Amino acid sequence: MNNEWLILFFLVGASFVGLVLIFSGIVAPKSTNPQKFEPYECGIPTEGVTWLQFNVGYYLFAILFLVFDVETVLVFPWAVVMKETGMAAFVEILIFFFILGLGLLYAWKKHALIWE
Amino acid sequence: MLPEIVALNTSPTLSVPWWKVVYDFSALTDWIDKSLHNSMSPFWTTITEMLIIGVLILLFYALVGLFLVYAERKVCAFMQNRLGPNRVGPFGIFQTIADLFKLLFKELIPIKNADGFLFNLAPFIVIIASFMAIAAIPFAKGLHAIDLNIGVLYVMAVSAMGVIGVLLAGWSSNNKYSLIGAMRSGAQIVSYELSVGLSLITIVILAGSMQLSVIVEAQRDGWFLFKGHISAFIAFIIFLISSTAETNRGPFDLAEAESELTAGYHTEYSGIKFAFFFLAEYINMFIVASIAATVFLGGWMPFHVGSWEGFNHIMDFIPPFVWYIGKTFFVIFLMMWFKWTFPRLRIDQLLTLEWKYLLPINLFNVLIMAFLVLMGWHF
Repeated sequence: MNNEWLILFFLVGASFVGLVLIFSGIVAPKSTNPQKFEPYECGIPTEGVTWLQFNVGYYLFAILFLVFDVETVLVFPWAVVMKETGMAAFVEILIFFFILGLGLLYAWKKHALIWE
Repeated sequence: MLPEIVALNTSPTLSVPWWKVVYDFSALTDWIDKSLHNSMSPFWTTITEMLIIGVLILLFYALVGLFLVYAERKVCAFMQNRLGPNRVGPFGIFQTIADLFKLLFKELIPIKNADGFLFNLAPFIVIIASFMAIAAIPFAKGLHAIDLNIGVLYVMAVSAMGVIGVLLAGWSSNNKYSLIGAMRSGAQIVSYELSVGLSLITIVILAGSMQLSVIVEAQRDGWFLFKGHISAFIAFIIFLISSTAETNRGPFDLAEAESELTAGYHTEYSGIKFAFFFLAEYINMFIVASIAATVFLGGWMPFHVGSWEGFNHIMDFIPPFVWYIGKTFFVIFLMMWFKWTFPRLRIDQLLTLEWKYLLPINLFNVLIMAFLVLMGWHF
């Protein structure tokens, strides 16, 4: 099979959701009651705007993720050729992981990994 | 006119007995491909094949989703000493179909002040992400929709796209519980993505390829779980933990913690839109379980023990598809077991587990595996 077929799966997935939504929109009942369209927050009327600022802790983990995920993607091609390249590849990954480990250690010491 | 008639008359037949097809689906797919080519032009052949494959995968997708919801309720019930669904059909097997129809006929409520476009886009993204991931999984020999040469990376990348849908759903709902659930889910999936990637890298080193069919073929003489000594075993356990977290399940279901956030990111979704999130969650579980089965447990390869000829022959007799389904459902059962056994983690415990334990262990584990491969100490 060709890789272009990925588009097919995208289209089938999208049309599956779309068709089912259209069908449900036709058969499902509709009734209007102003109370019904309120957001559900355990029965209490919602207070203020919802789109608030959120905890900065999430941002820190996103930054850390970015560093380590790019590293993971870099290591994938290395993992494929590791068997053939042998010693040279092993030494290289040792150096690479050493630098990366220092980064993790630094974040750890700076208390970036503590959730508050 | 004559050549066409000749071509029709000499259409190829299956060269192997029909029951052998169960062991090697490539004969069947080749036969369908050739007979389609003989009867129509290449363009229409491609269109027909696309239709067949699209419909088949969609059917499989829906069936797996329905069955997993039923299985989860049954497993959960037996673990809590209950009976579970047992009224609709024998042993309640039609319960999920009844639920599906109920949800299909329920009203879709538009929430006041919600971001309408993103609110409707979110179910599309979660379903498309899981549907595209399921396309790359090898079910049996020759039963493979797309055989990408970067299969492992592709499945990892596409199934992680689902988090965008979750974030959009939480953000656009105009509900504070949904927003908290979505942010938690983002932090969680993003963190555990690393462990999933690194534990798969451990096996890619051993296999020397990212193509899923090559990885399965490489396990003909022994599954990677046994081939890679202790290193592969550690990788398997880390993969199980982090993939459970990545599917927002089990002890890691902070994103939809029903005792704190009502239903987390899909609180405001009603009717069939809710069902899409539900379906995507179970399909994601199926995907990670089948990746675990393919990469660590040998996919559709039968279980062989060294030099026990008779035993190995009996194992070969079981069709590959049955092996694949058996392994996948074994891993799914493990994940359900986690869910109904362990209490839910707090978010700080969750992030500590990933960043202070799993990630350093995983980095060392990759180095150990590289060393094992370098010295040739694997089987």
